[in-house]
Amino acid sequence: MILSRGPKLCNFVEWRGYKVVYKRYASLYFCMCIDQDDNELEVLEIIHHFVEILDRYFGSVCELDLIFNFHKAYYILDEILIAGELQESSKKTVARLIAAQDSLVEQAKEQASTISNMIAQATK
Amino acid sequence: MNPFSSGTRLRDMIRAIRACKTAAEERAVVRKECAAIRAAISENDQDYRHRNLAKLMFIHMLGYPTHFGQMECLKLIASPGFPEKRIGYLGLMLLLDERQEVLMLVTNSIKQDLSHTNQYIVGLALCALGNICSAEMARDLAPEVERLLQFRDPNIRKKAALCSIRIVKKVPDLAENFINPAASLLKEKHHGVLLTGIQLCTDLCNISAEALEYFRKKCTDGLVKVLKDVANSPYAPEYDVSGIADPFLHIKLLKLLRVLGQGDADASDSMNDILAQVATKTESNKNAGNAILYECVSTIMTIEENGGLRVLAVNILGRFLSSRDNNIRYVALNMLMKAIALDSQAVQRHRATILECVKDSDASIRKRALELVYLLVNESNVKSLTKELIDYLEISDPEFKGDLTAKICSIVEKFSPEKIWYIDQMLKVLPKAGNYVKDEVWHALIVVITNASDLHGYIVRSLYRELQTAGEQETLVRVAVWCIGEYGEMLVGNAGMLNQEDPITVTESDAVDVIETAIKCHSLDLATRAMCLMALLKLSSRFPSCSQRINDTIIHYKESLVLELQQRAIEFNYIIEKHQNIRSALVERMPVLDEATYSGRRAGSVPAAVSTSQGAPLNLPNGVAKPTAAPLVDLLDLSSDEVSAPSSSGGDFLHDLFGVDLPPASSQPGGNHAQKSGTDVLLDLLSIGTPLAQSTSMADMLSSGDENKSPADILDKLGSPSGPPSQASPPVGSSSMMDLLDGFGPVSSVPENNGPTYPSLVAFESSSLRVTFNFSKQPGNPQTTYVEAQFVNKSPNAYSNFVFQAAVPKFLQLHLDPASSNTLPASGNGSITQKLRLKNSQHGKKSLVMRIRIGYKINDKDVLEEGQVNNFPRDL
Repeated sequence: MILSRGPKLCNFVEWRGYKVVYKRYASLYFCMCIDQDDNELEVLEIIHHFVEILDRYFGSVCELDLIFNFHKAYYILDEILIAGELQESSKKTVARLIAAQDSLVEQAKEQASTISNMIAQATK
Repeated sequence: MNPFSSGTRLRDMIRAIRACKTAAEERAVVRKECAAIRAAISENDQDYRHRNLAKLMFIHMLGYPTHFGQMECLKLIASPGFPEKRIGYLGLMLLLDERQEVLMLVTNSIKQDLSHTNQYIVGLALCALGNICSAEMARDLAPEVERLLQFRDPNIRKKAALCSIRIVKKVPDLAENFINPAASLLKEKHHGVLLTGIQLCTDLCNISAEALEYFRKKCTDGLVKVLKDVANSPYAPEYDVSGIADPFLHIKLLKLLRVLGQGDADASDSMNDILAQVATKTESNKNAGNAILYECVSTIMTIEENGGLRVLAVNILGRFLSSRDNNIRYVALNMLMKAIALDSQAVQRHRATILECVKDSDASIRKRALELVYLLVNESNVKSLTKELIDYLEISDPEFKGDLTAKICSIVEKFSPEKIWYIDQMLKVLPKAGNYVKDEVWHALIVVITNASDLHGYIVRSLYRELQTAGEQETLVRVAVWCIGEYGEMLVGNAGMLNQEDPITVTESDAVDVIETAIKCHSLDLATRAMCLMALLKLSSRFPSCSQRINDTIIHYKESLVLELQQRAIEFNYIIEKHQNIRSALVERMPVLDEATYSGRRAGSVPAAVSTSQGAPLNLPNGVAKPTAAPLVDLLDLSSDEVSAPSSSGGDFLHDLFGVDLPPASSQPGGNHAQKSGTDVLLDLLSIGTPLAQSTSMADMLSSGDENKSPADILDKLGSPSGPPSQASPPVGSSSMMDLLDGFGPVSSVPENNGPTYPSLVAFESSSLRVTFNFSKQPGNPQTTYVEAQFVNKSPNAYSNFVFQAAVPKFLQLHLDPASSNTLPASGNGSITQKLRLKNSQHGKKSLVMRIRIGYKINDKDVLEEGQVNNFPRDL
């Protein structure tokens, strides 16, 4: 339904009693489904907010980044929205939080690899 | 540890899937991966669990079933490491939803995680909870979340706030617990927490009236101040979006203020200044600014009346409406719909622009604009608006046509100032979009047409013209065919010309041509062609010169493979050929359909069977070769009169029975005669029709004397299936009658005589016979009278084959039970009793009256006695 729309048309479509707001970035479409009484323009801003953070994180994000790192994209989304509501309007804070969590993951991985090394050596 | 045991890495799997060229290849790859994952799960593989879950999530996103992985999520969540928990919670949110029972098992893990020392893990748990918790989980974990609302770390606080939103939505009772913590969140400095706190408050106000009161009293001023600060804040790079500081916060604040100000004058007053400031100072060349303005206008429209602000708001909307950006226009149209309720004058000013939007190339905008136009219509502008809409109808897209047609039709119906305008508009719509017009619309049109009797000529001529050009529009054809059938002679005779019409010459055969074309056209559906047949029948009566030609056409359809057409063709053919004398009465002009009744019925959504009788054709009488019930119903008009067996007959086989002039002895009772051929037709029909009462009295009428076999046969078929009962020695005629009467049986036995009593009456007395009537009525049913008739033989000879018949005027309904016997002993040594039931639809206005005829055989000689009973008690 959205793919069939031309370029100059408005970014809102009505669907099954809800509204779908979409924004196109090159070949990617980002869609959000909202209730009838939500502010559509605000939602456009939220989508842009998300995309900008992704951009900052991945560094010039492209489609492949999202495909191969979908789980990371989800983590970022979880820092921006919970239950559909906006959580944080500052891109810097979000970036900081994600960085902190990523470093935790790195730490854990390092620990695990040293332990497994130890075990591997022990069981040889 | 076999490094290859987990199969591929996530990246490789994704690459493999993307490399597939066909769907079958992809399915094969996915199947292989799933098998590997399943094997790993059953081995309880620890090390690669998170990788497997990641793969599973990708497969899920592609659309394949992945329920076997749900328990893996739980195990990952329960493991101590952060990366495992992270991916476990993500899996939980993606693969499960709140309806799954597996979710309950997670509750404990989440509870522990909510008290974890690592704040990121707490964050993960809150996030998962906020996204998919069910009502039971919410109840269990609400106290934890409440506690976390006051945690030292702002990130946790904001997550807890949003989690609380979901909790109170799932379990509204818990709302009270959150009011106080939420209020304290409003005093925060951290934007994130402030944002989420505001959202929490907004939802609390929507759910709980108590919360609304609390926030209104305590927090309104504080919020106004915060908004002021944000609006006036200097450039802050962290929150800046296209030149505006934190537009999200602006919008959320405005939303909350809207909820607080709605319905409360004080709160609204305190907001006026800041709203004015925001409305005037915000820049509107960027989307962020427009979003804020939109929210601001929405708030102004909702809170209590303030003239100046309203004007401001409407101006902003006007500006939006003429903006080139489609998004802005869409949003403006949306807002205007709400504005109409408040200030419709202001919106009327923009009518022209809105009309332009109806023709826009953007489907969403068109839709919004059309709904707005519909709300704008009133008596003064209906004509111009409708004209515009109809003009656009011609060029609009097919998907849009349906909506547009429905709206036009309903506008026209509601607001039409005079009938001729209504009909004109519909005449324009039908050729352009007839296929989209719904049934009830054209039914209503027909009702209006029948009521506009002076316009009939004009209507039928216009329809004829339109039909020439647009013969595929289904509804147009139906309406046109019906009108031509009804008012054919006006078409040909150019009757009732209006000033602005040009005369056209239409010959009878032209009219018939048109209908024949329609009936041959295969793109039209069954109901339309059935209507064409009906119209042809009507025309065969109105245009006698074409009758033969019409008959030929109808004969052609007697072999049609479609049951409906075949049946109609056979029946109409029968009428044309055999029943010339009643045909004209059959297809007489229909009575004016009552609009009030029709709209009442329509509102009650009862399929108005009668007013759509021209088409709706499916209740044809059981297969006896007799004309359809439809014209019968027409003639009877909407209030179905109880038709009882009238006395005089006209139908062929009934002629013989009663004769046209009765012996002078019986005076003509009022209302019984003057039965035109119309009612004769009824007789015909009723003799074969199903109503039981009539048939029994008909059976009476088909008395012994006249051996008219065919009706008796037909009645035999119709009547009871019971075989010939054992009767003493009945002659043939009465046996058939007796069969029927036996079969019908005592349909209603006389009830207990506990109603008001009436004196018995000697209904008829002659030198040889006395008839006495005894009356009873059931209480609560004043219209129905039960009569027991007693016959006494005054002569010295016994009577055999004794038959009693009765006839009543139209407003009465008569039902006869079988007699106790048909031999009357002589000299009053015994009597025959027979029960009758009379229903008086004019009870209280007219009293009962009856004509009776008694036939019997005395000494092998047939005797017939007749009389009239006028002396019924008045109040029966």
